[in-house]
Amino acid sequence: MSNATVVVVTSGKGGVGKTTTTAAIASALAKEGYQVCAIDFDVGLRNLDLIMGAERRVVFDLVNVVRGEASIKQALVRDKKLNNLYLLPASQTRDKDALTEEGVASVISELRMYFDWVICDSPAGIERGATLAMRHADEAIIVSNPEVSSVRDCDRIIGLLDAKTKIAEDGGRMPKHLMITRYDTERAKTGDMLATDDVVDILSVPLIGVVPESKDVLKASNVGLPITLSDENSPAAKAYTEAVRRLLGENIPVTIPEEKKGLFGKFFKGRAA
Amino acid sequence: MNILSLFGKRGESASVAKNRLQILLAHERADDGSDAVLISSLREDILAVVAKRVNIDPDSVRLEMDRTGDVTTLGIDIELPSAKAS
Repeated sequence: MSNATVVVVTSGKGGVGKTTTTAAIASALAKEGYQVCAIDFDVGLRNLDLIMGAERRVVFDLVNVVRGEASIKQALVRDKKLNNLYLLPASQTRDKDALTEEGVASVISELRMYFDWVICDSPAGIERGATLAMRHADEAIIVSNPEVSSVRDCDRIIGLLDAKTKIAEDGGRMPKHLMITRYDTERAKTGDMLATDDVVDILSVPLIGVVPESKDVLKASNVGLPITLSDENSPAAKAYTEAVRRLLGENIPVTIPEEKKGLFGKFFKGRAA
Repeated sequence: MNILSLFGKRGESASVAKNRLQILLAHERADDGSDAVLISSLREDILAVVAKRVNIDPDSVRLEMDRTGDVTTLGIDIELPSAKAS
């Protein structure tokens, strides 16, 4: 019998890479041999199934389980490549009250028994879906782009993590990790983009990883493979794999993996702006 | 584009971004909605005082807030009717 660690991947703002991050982290943990379940909380706009390449095998979903129409085991979709990685898909219903507080609580507590890690992909916003996704988490990964509106929204989310979660209500403090995505080292160097230190300074959350802007992320989503499975040598995959080692408690310095450049690319580096 | 930018002059937009965020978030973190309540009551009090002496149109009162660093200023702009009308 396991007792899973529940991690919420959240950001406030949409489009910053929550789903990409959830898929990448869940797969990297599964590659390490852990029993892992990724849950999509984005009811009405599910996409984690698509990013993980499981969209054609979804039968039941989170709302079916919450309503008692299916058991958790019936709803879990097993990954094609890793047999210790599962997905609990979101529903496509337009009923925004489909998830109930008690329903989610019981789903999470059952999943805790079967898995080592439960990774909750939060919807954007600060509405019910987002607060339910973080409600039972033991840890939070906050995803931000190095961009003002994304950082501001993360600050709002941090406020919610410290007020509206079970841990906070019990007088504890939610452990938080900052994941900066779509980072461009060159632009940060020239002062055209917030640097990692700037974002860490502003949000006061320790860094778990910096994912460089990479064409491989779109390629991976095109074919329905988490980036950590599709191309291990991609700088983005390396960044996520490193982040997972930190999540597992390893104390390694944060590096920003870079695209390998040919001699030509190296020579012209920084002049293309 | 000037000639300096060709030689890798550092952009400054990132430090502007950081500065704007730090000021904004300092206020947002402290804001419990009491700012809006305070300003609206101040507006009413000031209007009442001025209205004792001058006939003013409540719609001709403009309030402006500006936050810079640690200082917040509140500007109140009241349009007085011409002497003839009062």
